[in-house]
Amino acid sequence: MTDQAVTGVDVDEQPTGAHNAEAASFGGIGMQLAGYVAMFLVFLLVAAPLFWIVITSFKERPDIYTQPAQWLPAHPTTDGYHSATTQIEFWHYFRNSVIITAILSIAKIILGVISAYALSLLRFPGRNLLFLIIIAALMVPNQITVISNYALVSQLGWRNTYQGIILPLAGVAFGTFLMRNQFLSVPGEIIEAARLDGAGPLKMLWRVVLPMSWPTLIAFSIITVVNEWNEYLWPFLMSDDSRTGTLPIGLTHLQNTDGITNWGPVMAATVLAMLPVLIVFLALQRHMIKGLTAGAVKG
Amino acid sequence: MTASQPTAPSAPRTGPPEPIGPPPRRSGRPYGEWLLAAALLLPNLVLLVIFTYRPLLDDFRLSFTDWNIAAPVAHYIGFANYKTWWHDPNSHEVLINTLIFTVCAVGISMALGLALAMLLDQKLYGRNLVRSTIFAPFVISGAAVGIAFQFVFDPNFGMLRDILHRVGIGVPDFYQQPGWALVMVTTTYIWKNLGYTFVIYLAALQGRRADLDEAAEIDGASPWRRFYKVLLPQLRPTTFFLSITVLLNSVQVFDIINVMTRGGPQGYGTTTLVYQVYRETFVNSKAGYGATIASIMFVILLIITVIQVRVMDRGMKQS
Repeated sequence: MTDQAVTGVDVDEQPTGAHNAEAASFGGIGMQLAGYVAMFLVFLLVAAPLFWIVITSFKERPDIYTQPAQWLPAHPTTDGYHSATTQIEFWHYFRNSVIITAILSIAKIILGVISAYALSLLRFPGRNLLFLIIIAALMVPNQITVISNYALVSQLGWRNTYQGIILPLAGVAFGTFLMRNQFLSVPGEIIEAARLDGAGPLKMLWRVVLPMSWPTLIAFSIITVVNEWNEYLWPFLMSDDSRTGTLPIGLTHLQNTDGITNWGPVMAATVLAMLPVLIVFLALQRHMIKGLTAGAVKG
Repeated sequence: MTASQPTAPSAPRTGPPEPIGPPPRRSGRPYGEWLLAAALLLPNLVLLVIFTYRPLLDDFRLSFTDWNIAAPVAHYIGFANYKTWWHDPNSHEVLINTLIFTVCAVGISMALGLALAMLLDQKLYGRNLVRSTIFAPFVISGAAVGIAFQFVFDPNFGMLRDILHRVGIGVPDFYQQPGWALVMVTTTYIWKNLGYTFVIYLAALQGRRADLDEAAEIDGASPWRRFYKVLLPQLRPTTFFLSITVLLNSVQVFDIINVMTRGGPQGYGTTTLVYQVYRETFVNSKAGYGATIASIMFVILLIITVIQVRVMDRGMKQS
């Protein structure tokens, strides 16, 4: 895994010369039909819970508890959304999520790119050792670091602060690995030519290497944004309320406010929390898939 | 700590072999490059050393103390925490829960991911919609999925109850019965993460050499034989990559368990190793004991990963 060049495979496009025997193994009409039935079942299995969440969010309170359940609400209402955004300080949590995700993502993207640049295009002693130190961090589970980090951040008085949440999460291992492999795949002749033309290291990064790496950089950025938006354990330990709590933490507070869960507002808030990442995903899924499959699939 | 300073000039050149890339380049200003490299790497390295490597080592130190997370003083107590863990019957339940959860999560999501990838690799109308649908849950936060699936599994008013009721089957109480609670948590985890194995297998299928399969078909090989002898060996690198990443991810699952069951019902019904670390450290305030469990977990993970990488290397050499 460590020394494979990036082989971004766009799942929706056929790589040249590789795969052309589609449908060959799905010969007869019967098999074809079975394929459609299977595909439809899979679709139902994955989509039904999502549908269930969305319809519940539009139901009136009594309708949620009607038996048998209504799969289309008799009286659609947006009351659930109203309570969801007023029962907890929803927009505070939302704002915190946006701020923390934005700062963390920008920091991680910059750190990842400059680390990768140093590790791939500069020559200095101990380069491989430093690369190893960075990517080995991938092996250390968050849950092991939280105990000691919690003590450190508490001592600094940084609980319930943005820096307390952001700094411990800002180190970049995966992105460094991904971008380093990408930079190494830039042809040596181009680098050499730019160097002969007198391009300094920063100009080399900004004008030569990065422009040739957009697809990987975009994939890395999307994966980072989605991951930080969904980050749970560390913000959960670091924040007590809506001052710095992120949306996933706000959601759980909504659920715990009273003894009996009122599912309408909870589902409405869940929909609101899912929506931003789902929109990002639908708009940019190809890039995201490219980043995930880079290094996983032998080209 | 000084050994990991990026400026250590005597650091040996160990590490992974040089990847395929441009050949080494000569620069007229090696000293300048060295300084620049230090400036570019330092921020990231400092963050990783302070917040990843320092706590990893500190965790082992804390595991030999009776530290209470609220108190400033910790006393050295030797292997007492390890002994407590070993003799605690709850630990066995937690280990079994972790094993069941992990084996099911890894096994089912990989098998299902491959099956779905093979299905949706075919020319079927509407396959792009279904591909996106399968992948979509992967981007949703585990906390949101956990909350939503509590209502899906709700024994009185949930979706599953409604569907099964219409067919005339009753549902178990997923919230109260430990065995069923574990099934609920595992199912939720698989639903959310299936898109990952699916997408990576799909990409691997599209990068494979179809001519081998055609040749086998012309030779009259049965579909099962073609799957087993032609397709699976080609997917081996992907399978090993997935087995490592899915294992590491599923062992670390926290959000879904915390939101859905808080480790219960009835004591330790859905508590896994990672959740036990959280529970002892932050709920019971026994941070030293929590650190002990974290250390044990880390050693187990390390051993498994080393074995996996060994097996992978051998597999690669054979093929």
